[in-house]
Amino acid sequence: MNRILSTAGTEFRIALRNRWVAIALVLMAVFSLVLSLAGSAPTGGLGVDRLSVTVASLTSLSVYLIPLLALLMSFDAIAGESERGTLSLLLAYPIAREEILLGKLVAHLAILTLAVLLGHGLAAGVAIATDENALAGLPALFRLSWSSVLLGATFLGAGYALSALSRRPSGAAGLAIGLWLGLVVLYDLALLSAIVADNGGWFTTDAFPVALLANPADAFRLFNLTASGATAAAAGVGGAADAIPLWQSLSSVLIWPFAALALAAAAFRKVTP
Amino acid sequence: MTSTLKISALTKRFGDLAALGGVSLTVAPGERVALLGHNGAGKSTLMKIILGLIPATGGEVTICDAAPGSPAARRAVAYLPENVAFHPALTGEEQIRHYLSLRGESPSLAMGLLEKVGLGQAARRRIGTYSKGMRQRVGLAQALIGNPRLLVLDEPTSGLDPVSRREFYALLDDLAAQGASILLSSHALTEVEARTDRILILSRGRLVAEGTLSDLRRRADLPVTMHVTARNGYAPDIARALPGAILVDGALHLTCAQTEKLETLGRIAGLGDKVADLEVLPPSLEDLYSHFSQQGAQ
Ligand SMILES: Nc1ncnc2c1ncn2[C@@H]1O[C@H](COP(=O)(O)OP(=O)(O)OP(=O)(O)O)[C@@H](O)[C@H]1O
Ligand SMILES: [Mg+2]
Repeated sequence: MNRILSTAGTEFRIALRNRWVAIALVLMAVFSLVLSLAGSAPTGGLGVDRLSVTVASLTSLSVYLIPLLALLMSFDAIAGESERGTLSLLLAYPIAREEILLGKLVAHLAILTLAVLLGHGLAAGVAIATDENALAGLPALFRLSWSSVLLGATFLGAGYALSALSRRPSGAAGLAIGLWLGLVVLYDLALLSAIVADNGGWFTTDAFPVALLANPADAFRLFNLTASGATAAAAGVGGAADAIPLWQSLSSVLIWPFAALALAAAAFRKVTP
Repeated sequence: MTSTLKISALTKRFGDLAALGGVSLTVAPGERVALLGHNGAGKSTLMKIILGLIPATGGEVTICDAAPGSPAARRAVAYLPENVAFHPALTGEEQIRHYLSLRGESPSLAMGLLEKVGLGQAARRRIGTYSKGMRQRVGLAQALIGNPRLLVLDEPTSGLDPVSRREFYALLDDLAAQGASILLSSHALTEVEARTDRILILSRGRLVAEGTLSDLRRRADLPVTMHVTARNGYAPDIARALPGAILVDGALHLTCAQTEKLETLGRIAGLGDKVADLEVLPPSLEDLYSHFSQQGAQ
């Protein structure tokens, strides 16, 4: 336990000095403020409070931003130690590889959580200050907060796994960007074009829901939109998926962090310094 | 338990390359052993196997009755890898505090350790601002944590100035006096000469020589060199009396086998007043080293 905490403290310090903490906090704060100010302009007619509107746009933003931040913080975790030569030293210490990973995870997840809390807190503040009905959106915001942290944990795990697989920080960075583009950007485009080509056939009814749930970023968006009953209003992939029950997307959101971390542990176990 | 480290018939292959071929050795408590060998001889590979970082292909290694890499072995062994670069964003003190926590020791011991290796002044500065030798000392400081039974140090003095090297070996003497075993590799032959109990020479993955320095000298039986300085004008006389001597810068240089040493000295003494000065040079450590490495290569 002490070893995990010490690792976490050291990693947090490094992230603080490498400005990852500042970058994460500023990005989340700025985007949340912009979205909540923009979201509060033309409300009224829809019968939806301002905070709920902001949560819907924050959800779309988080799908991109949280995985990116998580991957940027994690890609160096093992490859960097390996390149500096500290990995062989660390592995000679009486600490298990899982403990090393957990220590890093605790630090990186704490930074992400801070960023999410700051951003969401600002968004809530703006919404509540401008609309007295905004309190109605708080449960949706809370749901978005904890699912964002879980989404972060998933991509941290994926980043550690890539870091262990590539051994070189430059290689790990490339893989991390590739993963981000693939899962967050290209995946949805591919699904959409497949749906268009399929024209309501087998793919749309059977394969598409599974494909959405299999991607942690899509499952995250789906879960938040379904839970707040906003799928009908959402465009694109989210709008095409209102048939998927909530418990399925929730399961995906809950299972992915563990799966990704198990993957990272398996990849790390194979590393010989 | 008599030996801290026991290795028998250890082999390691990297694909086609035999990095280690049947190495056997033991290190007793309190013993300081130097591992010498050319680049690529297998020194670092041997150390990594001892630490359980890479698996051996064959043979056996036991450290304090435990297997390499087992929790018991990891607690007993301290390691200094070659070319280690600690995170530049941390200070020396933070880095050592972390390593103390990992060994279950109190982080408050960090300053004491850093002072021991001469980093007391720089402890609160970031490692990124350290010089090469200072970074190396951070590595030494972490190797002193706890009371390791065995220290495995891969080129620990690389980057250290001569005074620091002396201080470093003094630290090792203290540890050895308390019963710690030390296995270190080095390319600086003269420094291991006086500061270690035993020398192992590794050549292409094989142990080609093992013993104290005087053992090795005796076994190698390398010729002794003598420099005889003649009194004015007597050089030709002396050259005649000592066949095989050659004149270099006014002095006569000759070599003879160990067994002929006394006889040759007697002959020189017989020349009496003609000799101004005499220097006897035993084979240097470099000579010994290349003798055994070449022997191993054949
Ligand atoms: N991971 C590896 N994969 C393949 N070959 C390796 C690996 N590690 C070491 N070797 C090879 O094993 C041999 C021994 O290497 P090692 O690093 O043990 O040498 P060394 O004695 O420490 O040399 P130096 O004095 O330069 O540090 C070398 O030929 C090296 O190329
Ligand atoms: Mg080496």
